[in-house]
Amino acid sequence: MTDNEHEIEQPDERVPKRVIGTPPPGSTMIPAEEKKDDDEVPGVYYPDEAKARKGERIVALCFTITALAGIVFIVNYVVFQVGDVDSTAVSNLALGAPLTLALLGLAAGIVVWVRQVMPKYTLIQERHEMATDSATRSYVSETFVQGAKESGFVKRPLLRRTLLLASAPLGLIPLVLLRDLDNSKMPASAFHKELRHTVWGGKTKEGKPLKLVVEGTGQPIRAADFNSPGGILSVVPEGYEHDMNALAKATLILIKFRPEEIKSGVNKNWTHDGIVAYSKICTHVGCPAALYEQTTHHILCPCHQSTFDAADGAKVIFGPAARPLPQLPIGVDEQGFLIAKGDFAVPVGPSFWERGDAEAKVREGGQA
Amino acid sequence: MSEMTAVPKAIAGPSSYLDDRIGAGTFLKRNMRKIFPDHWSFLLGEIALYSFIILLLSGTFLTFFFKPSMMHVIYDGPYDPLKGVVMSEAYASALEISFEVRGGLLMRQIHHWAALLFVAGMMVHMLRVFFTGAYRKPRELNWLIGVLLLTLALAEGLTGYSLPDDLLSGAGLRITEGVAISLPLVGTYITFFLFGGEYPGEDVIARFYSLHILLIPGILLALISAHMVLMWVQKHTQMPGKGRNNHNVVGAPFYPAFMLKAGAYFMFTFAVVAGLATFAQINPIWAFGPYTPADISAGSQPDFYMGFLEGSLRLMPPWEINLFGTSEFGTLPLSVIIPALVPMGIVMTGLALYPFMERWVTGDNREHHIADRPRNNPHRTSIGMAAITFYGVLWLLGANDEISAFFQISLNWTTYIGRVLVLVGPVIAYIITYRICLGLQRSDAAVIGHGVESGVIKRLPHGEFIEVHTPAAEDIEAHLRGKEAIPQVDVDADTEGIPPRGMRGPLGKLRGRMSKAYGGEKIPLDDGHGHGHGEEHAEIGPGGDDRSLTH
Repeated sequence: MTDNEHEIEQPDERVPKRVIGTPPPGSTMIPAEEKKDDDEVPGVYYPDEAKARKGERIVALCFTITALAGIVFIVNYVVFQVGDVDSTAVSNLALGAPLTLALLGLAAGIVVWVRQVMPKYTLIQERHEMATDSATRSYVSETFVQGAKESGFVKRPLLRRTLLLASAPLGLIPLVLLRDLDNSKMPASAFHKELRHTVWGGKTKEGKPLKLVVEGTGQPIRAADFNSPGGILSVVPEGYEHDMNALAKATLILIKFRPEEIKSGVNKNWTHDGIVAYSKICTHVGCPAALYEQTTHHILCPCHQSTFDAADGAKVIFGPAARPLPQLPIGVDEQGFLIAKGDFAVPVGPSFWERGDAEAKVREGGQA
Repeated sequence: MSEMTAVPKAIAGPSSYLDDRIGAGTFLKRNMRKIFPDHWSFLLGEIALYSFIILLLSGTFLTFFFKPSMMHVIYDGPYDPLKGVVMSEAYASALEISFEVRGGLLMRQIHHWAALLFVAGMMVHMLRVFFTGAYRKPRELNWLIGVLLLTLALAEGLTGYSLPDDLLSGAGLRITEGVAISLPLVGTYITFFLFGGEYPGEDVIARFYSLHILLIPGILLALISAHMVLMWVQKHTQMPGKGRNNHNVVGAPFYPAFMLKAGAYFMFTFAVVAGLATFAQINPIWAFGPYTPADISAGSQPDFYMGFLEGSLRLMPPWEINLFGTSEFGTLPLSVIIPALVPMGIVMTGLALYPFMERWVTGDNREHHIADRPRNNPHRTSIGMAAITFYGVLWLLGANDEISAFFQISLNWTTYIGRVLVLVGPVIAYIITYRICLGLQRSDAAVIGHGVESGVIKRLPHGEFIEVHTPAAEDIEAHLRGKEAIPQVDVDADTEGIPPRGMRGPLGKLRGRMSKAYGGEKIPLDDGHGHGHGEEHAEIGPGGDDRSLTH
């Protein structure tokens, strides 16, 4: 049997076409007596019985493994509890390993079943052109024309046009309904105005400017204590420590310089005793620019590696960001805590269409 | 051992019941023994199919426990390092799935690994279909469904990645926002509508959740079903070989062989995913902490299928234009728009249009059911390899920080090199692939023309040594002879020097030139030797043909 594995039976064009291996027309769906004699079905090559019997035993072994592994899974589900990292790790292993084994056993068993117990097949089936014959096509097109005629859709323009009229507003309704996806209750024309401000421009309930507080601890920062040059802090506005929307725009990176290190790009009026505050939100796509290299004064955004020179107004020295990180004007209050002296002069974070040349407006003396 | 001689009652009863009512017999008669051809590469798409089923199963399990809410809660679960930390309900429930539901972590990891395998399976399947030309008529529609499926799978992955609301997933969401807001004219509107106001707002996770578990999987399911139905109706392509032609399918019947094989393959796929979920940790969200827009961890990486977008964002020079010089509008952040839209646009549009462009160039309107061997259409294969190189460079550059740390190269240099490679790499890949294809065609021609080396060395009467060649085995020869010339449009001018209609304008001339380059037979199988068939194939053994060719 094995030496004619590559044999392919060519269908004889003269006999009526029938898929080899399917029952002849007129027979019942699953004929009872077909394939009594294995060798008579062309293209189907049975393995010899010894091989098949050996295969059967392997299949049985695989399926038994699956059954046992399934039981182990259920037992382990009851035995191993979860709770902390260690017990979860054990449970994960105790459940995952038998599950994997069970699936693997089933997979391997079926493969051996197909390859060693079942016959090999080289059956042939005819293809037919996908296109239907021209009679069918013309029947369909005639029927289409006839139906269109019967419906009066073509002949009666009033009907046709009012139907179009009717569908237009109806089709718009789903779009209109999406308007309240934005639930900020602002007119759409005001969206971009919102992007120009951060909470740093606001005041506390007592009407005082916002203090800069350390991210995580919420501690205000005494300027005199933040005195080691090269030091860096991640800073958020007082009272907004857990306000995600505020933090997405107002988070700062605070850096202490020696006076001689500060270059012309920095607005010195907005610094306090060598302390400079930049927006931490990258001007590329808004990741927090969180990495700082003390020796070079480089701020690096870990997402796309935009690099800013902190000593020189955070101007871009590498990467895809096109604009410097905006600088926040800071000062100290009467107790010596760092405070914001106002909002950023330009919008922070990624660029948007309505942003325009905000820097030019600042140069002309306005707030963008 | 007893043999079954009739359909058992337990099956015959319900079958007759169904047949009496819906006439299922006709369908079964036609389809039970439907023939499926065999080739390892035909199994790649099945990986994606089975991964999708695994995703549906594991995903449903996860929805029983996940709470898609951005409401702030204070964590009070069993994971000590986060006790008392303010976080979203979504993150807290993802932690609950991991630590408090037995098998929850396993299911989460199965879901994540299956998602990676789903996209990877689709990609390799698509490459197989592309390189074998299996997208040609009549299968263009199924190819388009495939392109749509891949695009949707990326969207499905993106929305799913954002749901656990850990620090890593939030970084992905932030980049999505940064890209959306950069779009000209509509960017701010899209962002405000998507996030329900300013980023991050309190809605996006619930919205992504309904997209991720209902809308996109629903469309995926419908399209996958359509994909299967079309494949079933049109019958699978087959590789060239003995007895196989454009009008038949040779292989094993659906019932029982293919059915069982498919079942086994599903089990294998599931076993691999389960094994990965057991032994290879993925996305340990508890280690990242809850999302806050103020923080990020270094070395943040997206899932692999988003890597090419990440790479193209990293690669871009800092270009930004203010169109009108006003401070009111007109900002075009090209360093975001170009990398976010152009590579994806090139790849997806190129994939979608390729069957139609190829048909335009070759003028080939025939049905094709025999798959091409990639070497036999060298330009197509080279275009494919160029596209893979383009994608691959962007993908690698998506991890340039890791590359730079691992190989100790300057980070900036990885970017500079990447900027050059992304343009030059595809060209080099194209040229090399083209040459390799022609080389392989030549070696095929040599097998047909001279046969294969027999290993028998013969000494000729005048002292020369030759190696005797023997004709290739029948099935191998049939496989090689499956090659046919790529059709070309008729461009040649007639006797009066007038080119055919449609070839006269600049577009027609371009079409003609492309057709000449793309089509035709580069290395004919039976050409260039001038010897008869018998002369070329020496017999092995004594008394063989003295005129055996020397090589």
